[in-house]
Amino acid sequence: MTSRQNSIKKTIAALGMVAGAFAVTAQDAQAADPIKIGTFLSVTGPASFLGDPELKTLELYIEKLNEGGGVLGRQLELVQYDVGVDSKKAITAVKRLISQDEVDVIIGGSTSGATMAVVPLVEKAGVPFISLAGAVAIVEPVKKWVFKTPHTDKMACGKIFEDLQARGLTTIAMISGTGGFGKSMNGQCTKLAPAYNIKIAISESYGPKDTDMTAQLTKIKGVDGVQAVVNAGFGQGPAIVTKNYRQLGMTAPLYQSHGVASKKFIELAGDAAEGVRLPAAALLVADTLPDGDAQKPVVQAYSKDYSEAYGGSVSTFGGHAYDGLQIAVAAIVRAGSTDKEAVRNEIEKTSGYVGTGGVVNMSADDHLGLDLSAFRMLEIKNGDWSIVK
Amino acid sequence: MEKLKSPRTGGILVLCAIIAILPAFLSNAFQMEIAILIFFNAIVCIGLNLLIGYGGQISLGHGAFVGLGAYGSAILSMGQGWDPLLAMVIAAIFTGVLAFVIARPILKLKGHYLAMATLGMGIIISIVINTEDQFTGGPDGMYVDGLSFVTKQIHWYWIIGALLIFSVWASLNLIHSPIGRALRAVHGSEVAAEVVGVDTTRFKVMIFVVSAVFASVVGSLGVYYSNFVTPDIAGFFHSIELVVMVVFGGMASTFGAVVGAAILTTLPQFLTFLHDYEHLVFGLILMLTMIYLPKGLVPTITAFFKKGDKS
Repeated sequence: MTSRQNSIKKTIAALGMVAGAFAVTAQDAQAADPIKIGTFLSVTGPASFLGDPELKTLELYIEKLNEGGGVLGRQLELVQYDVGVDSKKAITAVKRLISQDEVDVIIGGSTSGATMAVVPLVEKAGVPFISLAGAVAIVEPVKKWVFKTPHTDKMACGKIFEDLQARGLTTIAMISGTGGFGKSMNGQCTKLAPAYNIKIAISESYGPKDTDMTAQLTKIKGVDGVQAVVNAGFGQGPAIVTKNYRQLGMTAPLYQSHGVASKKFIELAGDAAEGVRLPAAALLVADTLPDGDAQKPVVQAYSKDYSEAYGGSVSTFGGHAYDGLQIAVAAIVRAGSTDKEAVRNEIEKTSGYVGTGGVVNMSADDHLGLDLSAFRMLEIKNGDWSIVK
Repeated sequence: MEKLKSPRTGGILVLCAIIAILPAFLSNAFQMEIAILIFFNAIVCIGLNLLIGYGGQISLGHGAFVGLGAYGSAILSMGQGWDPLLAMVIAAIFTGVLAFVIARPILKLKGHYLAMATLGMGIIISIVINTEDQFTGGPDGMYVDGLSFVTKQIHWYWIIGALLIFSVWASLNLIHSPIGRALRAVHGSEVAAEVVGVDTTRFKVMIFVVSAVFASVVGSLGVYYSNFVTPDIAGFFHSIELVVMVVFGGMASTFGAVVGAAILTTLPQFLTFLHDYEHLVFGLILMLTMIYLPKGLVPTITAFFKKGDKS
């Protein structure tokens, strides 16, 4: 029976080592004196198309800032944890950022789920937090320490409805993915429609892994008076919807969401994508923006920096991280310190910041600070984006 | 003295001592968080170990039971305004009844078929949680108030720590009771067990229900502790993670389940400095362990020392 005692002794020894290692990391953290920016992103897993460009952008610009002498004479340090799409991991990572790494600002949260999961923690600890996720629930109602940079699904609905009004269309059909994004946007559009005098005649949905949506579209086709179809979703779903739509010979205008605003969508949908309209950030059409556009220099510079460093084309998601970092750094500079309360107040006072997502004017009751002008209505023409005039 | 050396008393004493001393080594809230997460996982693993290690039945859907407890508590306490503790008990009873109802048909299956059936059950529950968003908040999860009388993290530490000790004690006692012996007989050879008069189905169903209730209670408490729940908790990957903890620590060893949970909860936190290679190294560690310590950590080490004693 001594064997078991031995094994227990070993266990204790191992635990002791664990505790020791913890203590060492804690001391390291106190010795250095850089400004610490914490982030938790979905770098791996199904949402890596969000987290990957976000992380690359943060790394790129923090390096650039440091080369330029840092901020307030201090270097910036990025502390990052990959949380996949697991909100529980996000909670652990944020606790670690707050209490072990003692970061000054948190910029991160690729998905709305991860962001919402950590909101109670951030609010309790009182750390300025700029989220990179889409849902409107993040900033409505306003939470003291929580800000965000990406456009909301509510704004996408608004932009689409504006365009419908301009074209004199009033009766639409919706087809939405059952994932978080599609569901949330569907809800927002349904809520917003009456304000634009738009009637949603029929609302269909499809699963994230469905490979054929002809059944739902046939049903929509059979409804009288449908003048346009709005598809809320991201990933491959919208591309399939678009293909099926053309296969069924449907001619009513088709609207996609900002969730498909990447070249990948055009590649997947091919010719069927011609004529599809969608709201998207100016970043996608950096080079075709009119010369007087305030955003043009910003989005061109970001596009260039990103492509030079990593190759490939930019996505709006990396742009959100860029905006988050710039807003945070500007607030730290204005506050003159990393005092959390002061930095928070300065972030809230952000006004006239021209970013990749639009012009940001925050206030005590608007922690997003973007209006509908931040979205451009794009139409796919000849396999590329073009701005709807 | 001999009694002290037995796992039933000696092991529990050591565990008590570790839990009592550990807070002195934890210098911040994050480390405390990890300790609490270990306790939570360890309790589920102890329950799951009864099923896998002693009962010889596999469950690839245990995350679903954790999820049922979590969402049961969340919906009843937030949506219906029930007392959180009452919600937890009702969720545990519901989970237990559900496990009981599905256990009979499911546990008639063996090997791969059983694994498939539990897997399917887990996925179905996960889909329901994901799609019934008017109750569950859908894929984005839902916020849940905590227990009003437990606000400090250290209090949670003591409560969950005490619960862990209780679970270990209960598990060890169960194993050394006639029920436990019957279970091990089922594991060894179901036919032989039946021949000597063991009602194998009854015992299998019972242990399935017990482990489901363990999972449900942990799910409920976990939700009250973290104030947030998302469908990941009921997902396939969580189920697999739990099975891996049990197998890694050592099947048919209660302390193995605890050690497995402790190592596999802390390891990812240590590996974060590897960034992109984190998952690679994590997988490698698991593979090497399974190749060189096929019986799991604790039983292999115990056997090693036993051999040493003889020579």
